[in-house]
Amino acid sequence: MDTTSSLHLAQMAFPDAVPAITLAHYLFVSAAMFTMGLVGFLTRRNMIIMFLCTELMFQGAGLALIAFGRHHLGADGQTFVIFVLCVAAAEAAMALALVVLLFRHKETLSAQAWKELNG
Amino acid sequence: MINTTLLSNLLAFAPDTHAATTHATDHAIAATEVGTGPKWILLIVGLPLLSSILSLVYAMIGNKTKLPAWTTVAAAGTAFLCTIAMYLNFDGTPYTVHAFDWIQVHFGEKSMIANFSFYIDTLTIYWMLFVTGLATCIALYASEYMSHDIGTSYCRFFGAFGLFVFSMACLVMGDNFLMLYLGWEGVGLCSYLLIGYFYKKPEAVAAAKKAFIVNRIGDLGLALGIYLIFVHFGTLEYAVLFSDPKLLGYVDSAMTGNFAAIPAIAQWIPLLLMIGAFGKSAQFPLYVWLPDAMEGPTPVSALIHAATMVTAGVYLIARTYPLFLASESALPIVAWIGTITALLAATIGMAQFDIKRIMAYSTVSQLGYMFAGLGVLTPTGGAYHVLTHAFFKALLFLCCGAVMHGFAGQLDLRKLSGLRKVKGWGIVSLGMFVGCINLAGVPFTAGYFSKDTIIAETFVTPGYSMIGWILLFTAGLTAYYTFRVFFRVFMGPVEYHPGEEHHDDDHGHDDHAEDHGHAGDFHPHAPGWAINTVLMILTVCSIAATGLYFVGGDKDAHTKHYAQTMVMSSTAAFESPYSEHAIHAAHEAHTPNAGAGPRGTIDHALEVPVFGGDPHKMMYYISAGFGIVGIALAWFLHLFGRTNAAECKMDPIARMFGPIPKWAENKWYVDEIYWAILVTPLRVASHIFHWIDKLLVDGIVNLFGILPRVFAWVIRPSQSGVLQGYAVSMAGGIAILLLAVFVIILQGGAS
Repeated sequence: MDTTSSLHLAQMAFPDAVPAITLAHYLFVSAAMFTMGLVGFLTRRNMIIMFLCTELMFQGAGLALIAFGRHHLGADGQTFVIFVLCVAAAEAAMALALVVLLFRHKETLSAQAWKELNG
Repeated sequence: MINTTLLSNLLAFAPDTHAATTHATDHAIAATEVGTGPKWILLIVGLPLLSSILSLVYAMIGNKTKLPAWTTVAAAGTAFLCTIAMYLNFDGTPYTVHAFDWIQVHFGEKSMIANFSFYIDTLTIYWMLFVTGLATCIALYASEYMSHDIGTSYCRFFGAFGLFVFSMACLVMGDNFLMLYLGWEGVGLCSYLLIGYFYKKPEAVAAAKKAFIVNRIGDLGLALGIYLIFVHFGTLEYAVLFSDPKLLGYVDSAMTGNFAAIPAIAQWIPLLLMIGAFGKSAQFPLYVWLPDAMEGPTPVSALIHAATMVTAGVYLIARTYPLFLASESALPIVAWIGTITALLAATIGMAQFDIKRIMAYSTVSQLGYMFAGLGVLTPTGGAYHVLTHAFFKALLFLCCGAVMHGFAGQLDLRKLSGLRKVKGWGIVSLGMFVGCINLAGVPFTAGYFSKDTIIAETFVTPGYSMIGWILLFTAGLTAYYTFRVFFRVFMGPVEYHPGEEHHDDDHGHDDHAEDHGHAGDFHPHAPGWAINTVLMILTVCSIAATGLYFVGGDKDAHTKHYAQTMVMSSTAAFESPYSEHAIHAAHEAHTPNAGAGPRGTIDHALEVPVFGGDPHKMMYYISAGFGIVGIALAWFLHLFGRTNAAECKMDPIARMFGPIPKWAENKWYVDEIYWAILVTPLRVASHIFHWIDKLLVDGIVNLFGILPRVFAWVIRPSQSGVLQGYAVSMAGGIAILLLAVFVIILQGGAS
């Protein structure tokens, strides 16, 4: 079976792309999400918000992966994203637990409260 | 023809020994004749080792009896009986007894074989007889002498004692140079352990270290000598080496004075072995450890540092005598070093006040005689003096030990007097007297005959009469200092002061003697049955050793007495070409090189009669004269008219000599000179190296340790604890990375 026919077969499995929405649109959304996350992470002090911002960055990157995957008609991107989601879920559980613990110590959610953890 | 090269033990027993010429082929055949002996001979080596191990076991189980002593006496005694059996069973053919394969290395065509096996010939038997015999006696003596220390220390003493006898047996009986080296190091170790027996005493520890370190210098020489033997002759086994045609060829050349035909490497071997012998046998300049070794218990001084271990050097040279003959300079050096040592030690011995030290210097001096004997081509004289000296010097030391034991460590002859008259000291006094007449060379004692054998030989060997005169003078000094001790300590008015080890609760029982002249309520502690028995045995042996000069001769081998017979059928077999019998034989045979000899022509010997007669006969009178003059001087200066222990007629005379007696008492400052020229520079150098190590080597290592810390110290502030700070750095990093990617892409696009 030659490559052209196999690519054709693969494309058959996908629904038709919306012609007006191109790869660039997806990447723009992805970049926007990532930037929002980054800016949020850098500017906010609340640990839960900061954590949510990291999740936002995660999802931005994930969106870019899916978009590229679709663009190249491969399953790799989506596969990766599923793994990333799993890891992110586990990490979220851990991180929230840590945040709860930290809150119990200092009765505040501010990251500034932990300044003494310096070198 | 040189009939003197009765080199190989094997050849000595060949039917035509007298006419034998050393042809290489004869020896090659003879080499196969070395038989194998019965396995029970291994008991001689094994039993002392067993007793040593048992003593350690006793120590571990906390034995508090005299069991270790009895074990050692039994083991050494059985070893002695086995040695006698070995002697009686010996049929004249040397044999080896194989215990187990030890070192067998094959490389290329060569192979190094050093098995744990034993070579038995007459020299071995001769040595082992007195080693095991004296070990038995002295172990018995020590059972009483060491009884203050019953417990772990007692076990430790006898453990080292047994190990010493084992090592000495390996040294003397080993059939190759590695076995000899093993024994050599073993006796050195035991000597160290026993000198340092009183390890809480700083002097004893220092003396032990000194003995060990000084011996290292000698042992280095021995080790190098053994390497050279292997390199040059390709073997370490006696049986192979002493029948090596190459070696026999060298000796043949040497016998005609043709030393140029012998390669230099072969001439170096004895020079190196000699250094080992000088170290172990306390010869100048390595003698300094022996007097200090007297810090050890007296039985140790008697066995190790007078009778057996210190004769190992004599044994080494006797055993390897063919190698020494093959060197032009080795035997003359041995002769001169021996002579210098004899004289130097005798002069120091004259000025000492510690009777055990006097005996120590006397040992050094007498060892000098043995070396001089070896050096003037009479291994017989050397070996004979070893035997007689072993008995009388052990006896003298044990008597000194009995005095030390009984008078709470008192050894100063100015604080002891007239012990002969103290009740219970008769046997000690008799033993001391017999030892002294032997050492002083009083006519018709064993020491007299053995010393004369050596001195007479110095006058018949061309070029050595100077040595002869020095040795005669030394004999006079020996007689003087020997009887100085006897007349001061055992004769004269009764007076004694206890030594430093005196405690009131000691010696509680009452065998006290007349109670005058001593301090406080001190009661001398007369020796018990064990010490007295041993002293009696040794007294009898010392007297009986005289008989050995008259018996045991072998007409076929042309030997006159026992020691000569024993030496002449071993690898040490050598009859000086300058001796009477050899000269006659040479003249009768009329062989082409009859006139040539290793130290000048043989005819020369006939031209130098001493005092108009045969030196061997004249020496009986001359040396007796020197001895008697020495004794007479000692009597006049140290006994005649003496009224107390501390003062005698010698004191004003000594003052007339100015500072010289003080210098002699301080051992001519040899220790101080060594300290200045060897120890101090080494110490300074070691400090320098210490600092080089500390600053340079450690500095580099520490630098690599410090670098990461400095780096960490520089970058540590960046970890501020502010989470956003980290995030900014991370974001900045990503930005830089992106920028780099852009630049690369743009450049890529441009190209």
